[in-house]
Amino acid sequence: MAKKVAFLQGNEAAAQGALYAGCTFFGGYPITPSTEVAEVMSNELPKIGGKFIQMEDEIGAMASVIGASLTGAKVLTATSGPGLSLKQELIGYACIAETPCVIVNVMRGGPSTGMPTGPSQSDVMCAKWGTHGDHAAICLTPASVQELFEETVRAFNLAEKYRMPVMVMPDEIVAHMRERIVFPEPGELEVVNRTAPSVSPAEYKPYDTSFGDVPPLAAFGTEYRFHVTGLNKGQDGFPTTKAAWVQAEEERQIRKVDANLDDIVTFEEYELADADVAIVAFGSTSRSARFAVNEARKQGIKAGLFRIKTFWPFPDKQIAALAGKVKRIITPEMNLGMCTGEVKRCAEGKTEVVGIFRVDGEPINPGQILEKIKEVK
Amino acid sequence: MSQRYEIRFSGAGGQGLILAGVIMAEAASIYDGKQAVQSQSYGPEARGGASKSEVIVSDDFIDYPKATVVDALLALTQEAADKYSHDLKEGGVLLIDSDLVKNVPPGKFKTVAFPIINTAKNEVGREIVANIVALGAMVALTGVVTKESAEKAVLARVPEAFLELNKKAFNMGYDKAVAAKA
Repeated sequence: MAKKVAFLQGNEAAAQGALYAGCTFFGGYPITPSTEVAEVMSNELPKIGGKFIQMEDEIGAMASVIGASLTGAKVLTATSGPGLSLKQELIGYACIAETPCVIVNVMRGGPSTGMPTGPSQSDVMCAKWGTHGDHAAICLTPASVQELFEETVRAFNLAEKYRMPVMVMPDEIVAHMRERIVFPEPGELEVVNRTAPSVSPAEYKPYDTSFGDVPPLAAFGTEYRFHVTGLNKGQDGFPTTKAAWVQAEEERQIRKVDANLDDIVTFEEYELADADVAIVAFGSTSRSARFAVNEARKQGIKAGLFRIKTFWPFPDKQIAALAGKVKRIITPEMNLGMCTGEVKRCAEGKTEVVGIFRVDGEPINPGQILEKIKEVK
Repeated sequence: MSQRYEIRFSGAGGQGLILAGVIMAEAASIYDGKQAVQSQSYGPEARGGASKSEVIVSDDFIDYPKATVVDALLALTQEAADKYSHDLKEGGVLLIDSDLVKNVPPGKFKTVAFPIINTAKNEVGREIVANIVALGAMVALTGVVTKESAEKAVLARVPEAFLELNKKAFNMGYDKAVAAKA
């Protein structure tokens, strides 16, 4: 049978991806340019016995998904910059309480209310450092409608597997553009469910590290009962200030991600084998970069593209290797240097890193990148 | 056609131009089996303000989803004609509403004009289908999708009670553009 195809908007694809992954709860507060995610979920969730709640604000929305996740549901919220700022307090709570949840954040101009309908890529640092304290972060930056579907599925898998919040961050262009999408059949994409406890309710501890760095999570509403708090906690979930334990726990929560980079970090290399000039880009900007690489190649310039698919954890190892290979790296992005700073950190001075920054609400076009390629080659 | 073909629908927010672009792209992508990407740019207003919807059609993979050099441009308001015609390519085609765009922007492209909104209002019977009249005209002028595919895409997008109205709007736009081009 022919696969189901549709001409879909990015936000609609994110919602469909969430449904494919088994999401049964959405709590949100609509905001441009992410509203269509909530719109689709509000239509679809009631049909499958799921729940959609429009909360009083973004803080409440984030709290609602944490609560729903603790009952065993796969949960989603969607927002954009100003909403992401509001959610940060509870995102930190999801980090320390190790509660799986997926946050789609469509990047528009900022800070504050900024440019609601303009594209941006300036929330990537907020994905990692928006909430205070040491914590691991996973942030995916898809570049097409199909990929937004698939990466939302992967975000759910990572959230459930590592018991933590995962962000999917399309820029406004990827979220609002429409492309043909081929829906994967059920079973075609991997769908991961969280590990259930293997011990009796009496023996269960919500942070029992004898089961490894990701302790099994029981569902509230079943016979398992446990304590959840934003304070540093012991294995039983109750607050603790035991110095050695807190240190070990903080380190474990970072290690969940750091020890599994090969499972989490994804990227795409295009025409890099013999490249003198490499573009490092993500989201819709990577599409401009690919266009520019093709044009440069036509003109005899050996250019290539390293496309970041997983922004956090950052592809440190791969960028370091790239910096040792090419003469120049160009980093176009719709912010004032967030990715560029990370690339420079990884390059450690081995090659020159030149940024192209745009925050005027217009995309970085291929011509701008091509010009820079010619300038620095 | 292996090369990119770039179409821009522009006017004011609320005129249905994003939908016109979506239908054009669906005709290409779903019914004609080509590659297509539709994107949009609009202000924070729900109505009014310059609005544009862009469609890229190609036989190959489309990387950059926005227009680079526009092959065909629709402008339903003077503001849109002034703001969005700068990157219309030499030899391209500009379709304007002859009642609303009095100052034709300068450039080495072919301009086709007819009263698009007035056609919808007085000849089709409902001003609300002006976007479909314009779409029919753009299908005729660009030839980038087949008329049959475009009509199918229109009818797949509208409520059943309005099928005939939209079909009439689409065909009237198509025919008027053919006549105006000649």
